[in-house]
Amino acid sequence: MAKVALKTKDFVSNQDVRWCPGCGDYSILKNVQRVMPELGVPRENVVFVSGIGCSSRFPLYMNTFGFHTIHGRAPAFATGMKAARPELSVWVVTGDGDGLSIGGNHLLHVLRRNLDLQILLFNNRVYGLTKGQYSPTSRPGMHSKSTPQGSIDYPVDPIAFALGAGATFVARTIDVDANHLQTILKRASAHPGTALIEILQNCPVYNDNEWGEVQDRKTRSDSALVLENGEPLVFGAKGGKRGIRIKDGVPSVVALADDDDPQARGVATHNEHPHSPSYAFALASLQRPDFPLPIGVFRAVERPTYESMVEQQIADAKAKNESAANIETLLHSGDTWTVEV
Amino acid sequence: MSTKKSVEEIERVAIRFAGDSGDGMQLTGTKFSEATALAGNDLSTFPDFPAEIRAPAGSLAGVSGFQVHFAAEDIRTPADYPDVLFAMNPAALRTNVEDLRPGGMLIINTDAFSTQNIERAGYTEDPIEPLRDRYRVVDIPLTALNRAALSELKLSTRETDRCKNFFALGLMYWLYNRPMEPTERWLRTKFTGGVLEANLRVLKAGHAFGETCELFPVSFVVPRAKIQPGVYRNITGNTALSWGIVAAGVQMQRPIFLGAYPITPASEVLHELARYRHFGIRTFQAEDEIAAVAAAIGASFAGHLGICTTSGPGFILKQEAIGLAVMTELPVVIVNIQRAGPSTGMPTKTEQADLLAALYGRNSDSPLPVLAPATPGDCFHVMIEAFAMAVKYMTPVVVLSDGYIANSSEPWLIPDVAALPRNKVELHSDPENFEPYQRDPITLARPWAVPGTKGVEHRLTGLESAAQSGNVSYLPENHQKMVSLRAAKVAGIANELPPVEVNGGDGELLVVGWGGTWGAITEAVNRARSEGLPVSSIQLRHLNPFPPNLGEVLARFRRVLVCELNTGQLWRMLRAEYLTPAELLSKVEGQPFRISEIRERIEQLLNKGDA
Repeated sequence: MAKVALKTKDFVSNQDVRWCPGCGDYSILKNVQRVMPELGVPRENVVFVSGIGCSSRFPLYMNTFGFHTIHGRAPAFATGMKAARPELSVWVVTGDGDGLSIGGNHLLHVLRRNLDLQILLFNNRVYGLTKGQYSPTSRPGMHSKSTPQGSIDYPVDPIAFALGAGATFVARTIDVDANHLQTILKRASAHPGTALIEILQNCPVYNDNEWGEVQDRKTRSDSALVLENGEPLVFGAKGGKRGIRIKDGVPSVVALADDDDPQARGVATHNEHPHSPSYAFALASLQRPDFPLPIGVFRAVERPTYESMVEQQIADAKAKNESAANIETLLHSGDTWTVEV
Repeated sequence: MSTKKSVEEIERVAIRFAGDSGDGMQLTGTKFSEATALAGNDLSTFPDFPAEIRAPAGSLAGVSGFQVHFAAEDIRTPADYPDVLFAMNPAALRTNVEDLRPGGMLIINTDAFSTQNIERAGYTEDPIEPLRDRYRVVDIPLTALNRAALSELKLSTRETDRCKNFFALGLMYWLYNRPMEPTERWLRTKFTGGVLEANLRVLKAGHAFGETCELFPVSFVVPRAKIQPGVYRNITGNTALSWGIVAAGVQMQRPIFLGAYPITPASEVLHELARYRHFGIRTFQAEDEIAAVAAAIGASFAGHLGICTTSGPGFILKQEAIGLAVMTELPVVIVNIQRAGPSTGMPTKTEQADLLAALYGRNSDSPLPVLAPATPGDCFHVMIEAFAMAVKYMTPVVVLSDGYIANSSEPWLIPDVAALPRNKVELHSDPENFEPYQRDPITLARPWAVPGTKGVEHRLTGLESAAQSGNVSYLPENHQKMVSLRAAKVAGIANELPPVEVNGGDGELLVVGWGGTWGAITEAVNRARSEGLPVSSIQLRHLNPFPPNLGEVLARFRRVLVCELNTGQLWRMLRAEYLTPAELLSKVEGQPFRISEIRERIEQLLNKGDA
């Protein structure tokens, strides 16, 4: 891919960024702006599309084309753009409320259609812009302004949701882990199909430290399972290593000695590519505190994109029938009759 | 051997086919209309069917009707009252017979009048006998005749009985001297084998039955209409609307992107456009009404001609996204093929009650142009106009069709393609001093600068944007300015609108209609004028903004009567805008106006005026 000589600052818009101090969105914005020049896409071909919410202000801060739309519908606007202009690099920015509550339907359908989009779902497990109500990913029992006695909603997991919708690329990363975030952004951009990235993001005002143990490098080795394709599912620091076994789709934790061969101990080896999503579902079921939270690419498989099939149908129809593609022929098709003077 | 029966010439006739929704009445009516069009008559049709795909056989709810009116002269409506009713069963008789013109011909499939069917239709005794005094009743054992015609073919009784509508069609072709070839040709493209053979046979058998049996002493001929010379075709409003979309794309040299979600009575447009991939048209069946409009707006953002087609409930779901298109000033066309409501209402029945929703149904002040086609054929031209307006003024445009003109058909003089407006789109590509909300000094439109164009990268948002830069702005004076700009831009479209034409021209009373009521209003007014009544009419195509001379026209008449299929939406607008003491003729039965209803009101108002 031909590199375009652009720098990070070329992707910084002239708008003042207005997130709260300490918001995880700052880090995500910075890392996206850093990755952009490395993707080899001309800036004028990049579009950021969002809905409503704190995360959805994102396009306003990117010096690309951008469309800050209405609540929950960003995937649908992006679908129209990408189906109309497949050469564009279209990025959707959404949150747990925008993407999984009001926009859950559109997220489902964009994933199953597999347009070549990148969807960044900032998950802070709370409504920030409306000042602190529980969200569809909030933990049961969460006390919020709208749930003074604790939330009684069972939460949805973005990864399991995406897998269930037939997503071809599903990953999880962390707002403050620049290296991991940038790696995942590049992988998502390179993936031909819809890439759903759940970004664990901290809301310091309404749900501070929700992801603290995986954000903090000191506790991460015990609380996170870093997924690497072809590598065993091992986590924990030296002296406290553990692995994940998956038997009949049910995961369990097995303690490992430092010199154990994890595979010999029955620890599963990570594979992003199985056609069946069962293994990825088993990974998605790993939740704190019983299991480490997996970070990385859960699934990456290929399937024709929606827009490529649209283009193919148009090309086929033109090859077969282009001579008929004029208004005169259309208006005179079928039975006509002439009234003489 | 039959002797040749005599042929009587008549000027016009209206026939209604009525039967169970599974009886094929819509197909029968459509084929009869096509043959009639090819015979050179002017015609107007009115399909009237239930929303249920197959309501219980023989039930009143399941009756489906198709009325076709054809003449040797210019006509504008499917006729108030049919001259001939073909009733396939007691339920069809019961729901339709009161419409039949006194003395009209009532053709009955007597085989369907079993005790059970008669009771199911709610009759307590044989309904036919009392009708013989009022109508010319023709009893036909249609089921038996149809079975006899197919006795040699190895078809099940069910398959055989399904052909009986084509027996009826063949009979009507004989009675009105219509050509059978177009229908035979169509059958050959549609069916093969036994089903084809059966339908061809019963069509001929029905025709032969008319010629030989004693029931019909004469057949009728309606001479060719003396209409404007040219090449004609039969067209429904939905087909014309679809073709208008195709034509707009070709004429403006931009690709069309249709976002749609299935809904009655708009789905045909999606079906039709899905067949035109060779024009480069992209059709997207979205997951819901909101996604359909959002995708269309997204495509517009990317430089395509975005459009979505829907009906009332779907239109309301789109309103928030339409508001975004108002705010971000993107060109998109939203077609609402109105149906009876509120809520799900009566999906297959017509109404004009979404006018105020189109104008005022979004949050805050959210002005946009609204257009309404007058006839099925006019749906073609209104789409070309709507797209041109959307792009020229960078605004969403709403087109209000309705269930009546969407499904009705008329002979359509195929337009001269070379004379259609061109309106090639010029996208903004100059990065020099580019600002997303810079404005054309005349139209007040902002530039259409699309992704892929270097140097014009910009962000659009539903948040209030600063004039010129488009950056988010909460400044009080900026909001005031932007609200006023959006309003002035849409109001300014009036400068390019043609003045409204007055049918008739003078008189005491002005009848005002909009959209699909044109035929009934024009016919009523013309007949009244021909008898010397001082009445004229106008039909509004532009509901926002109004034509520039509308106030002056209204002021020329002592009385104004607004006729609309709602409880007074345009009426309220005209009274508010022009302080005219307009009167209202409102109808909300899910049915179009009858000419006589308008005519009576005209006479009543003029008499009252004299008194």
